[in-house]
Amino acid sequence: MKEVINPPAVNIEEGEYHINMGPQHPSTHGVLRLVLSLQGETVKSLQPHCGYIHRGIEKMCEKDTYPQIIHLTDRMDYLSAHINNHAVCLLVENALEVDVPERVKYIRTILDELTRIASHQLWWCSFGMDMGGQTCYFYGLRDREKILDIFEESFGSRLLHSYYTPGGLMMDIHPNFQKRTKDFIKYFRKKIKDYDYILTGNIIMQERTKGIGYISKEDVISYGVTGPTGRGSGFSCDVRKHHPYAAYDKVDFREALETAGDTFARYMVRMHEMRESLKIIEQLIDNIPAGDFSAKMKAVIKLPAGEYYQRVEAARGEYGVYVVSDGNKSPYRMKFRSPNFSNLSALDHMSRGYKIADLIAIGGSLDYVIPDIDR
Amino acid sequence: MDKAALKERILGLVPEAEFQENKQFPMFVIPPDKMHALAVRLKEDTDLSFDYLFCLSGVDMLKYFEVVYHMESTTLQHQLVLKVRTADRENAAVDTVCDIWRTAELHEREVYDLLGVKFNSHPDLRRFFLEENWKGHPLRKDYVDEVNIVEL
Repeated sequence: MKEVINPPAVNIEEGEYHINMGPQHPSTHGVLRLVLSLQGETVKSLQPHCGYIHRGIEKMCEKDTYPQIIHLTDRMDYLSAHINNHAVCLLVENALEVDVPERVKYIRTILDELTRIASHQLWWCSFGMDMGGQTCYFYGLRDREKILDIFEESFGSRLLHSYYTPGGLMMDIHPNFQKRTKDFIKYFRKKIKDYDYILTGNIIMQERTKGIGYISKEDVISYGVTGPTGRGSGFSCDVRKHHPYAAYDKVDFREALETAGDTFARYMVRMHEMRESLKIIEQLIDNIPAGDFSAKMKAVIKLPAGEYYQRVEAARGEYGVYVVSDGNKSPYRMKFRSPNFSNLSALDHMSRGYKIADLIAIGGSLDYVIPDIDR
Repeated sequence: MDKAALKERILGLVPEAEFQENKQFPMFVIPPDKMHALAVRLKEDTDLSFDYLFCLSGVDMLKYFEVVYHMESTTLQHQLVLKVRTADRENAAVDTVCDIWRTAELHEREVYDLLGVKFNSHPDLRRFFLEENWKGHPLRKDYVDEVNIVEL
């Protein structure tokens, strides 16, 4: 049996004590255990303990074919399922130099952005609940439901889609897809104003987030913190801008950047991002070109021997896939660079000197998904 | 800096480095004892300024292990991949780079946990995902898993 608390490496001073937050704790949003070192109510340091849902996905990938691997990537960051699928598909397509039809690129971009909105909605409602605003949870879930309904009608699943395949899509979009997406944009443009009324302008929420969990731009880069968390500190790290893929080079959107580096800045980045995603979808939804929904691919996909790397912008930051291929139908080694893993490494730095109650807000603003950390 | 200029610059810093062809990134194999000093230069020199280590992976190459560093400069927008090969499998050890890029601290713990590569002068080298009393390192190619759910 493993001991209950691993003693931290630091010497314990007088008045200092250690408590476990998690693995079962509502605000860790999953099975993450943080061992806190406290002086009174102030966090002196914390150590994350991971692996409660480590499934060895990287090891499993070494036995699986590339189309099979796509189904595993859903199960990492389940809130950016489409985007994770996209990374593996792009990697295979780039390695085999397959030309993907324009139609596929447009549909993938729209779905990636819908996923991003759905993920940020769930972040918003759980962040509100962490702050003590139960109402937020119902508002957020109500609107997220609309996106999941579109997904369900189009390809039958609501959370783990595996809709992208190397070379294209599993099937064509549903005839209702465009109309329902446009209806959703109209609907959500109105509703997102409510989000600001309920939470953004709330003085209790602002008092609890402004100036809390500060991290500088240099530290953010050094810790490899990306996504909305990195952009809250002014680190321009949007993969969609710097290394465009799919149809991102054809659309006009702004990379949401804040410079304050605190919890409120990270909150604002995500609010901007939802609006920018709506803008991207609006530019593409009426212009989906006609054509095939998949390129012709061989029945057995083998990557030429060599090394490949693919980066995409998931809802929580930069998601990377690194493959070492020996020319077989399964990769020799597959490594996933998950955004949450790197973001978590900065949590200790961000929360030192703040109170335990602040840690809940800081954790909420990191928006971690534990299966993505553990893999 | 483009690929050719980076190649010249890196080979100027470490003449023993071996250049590898790759479509995406300039890729080099660096001798283990030169890695830490090179990493310091890569981050500090203003014409290189690789401040963002976006991926650190370990690969089992059967006779030795490879630790792969993917890095980028956020100001100059160029990328670079470095590889370090351990001398053997039994006493696989590489110098840590977590004093240069803080993100390496957890990534190196993961590599140690799953592949058993030690990182010299790492501040807190413990297993990360698996329990302390776990036997073996699962991502090694010779690891035997008694209950293999993939093969069942």
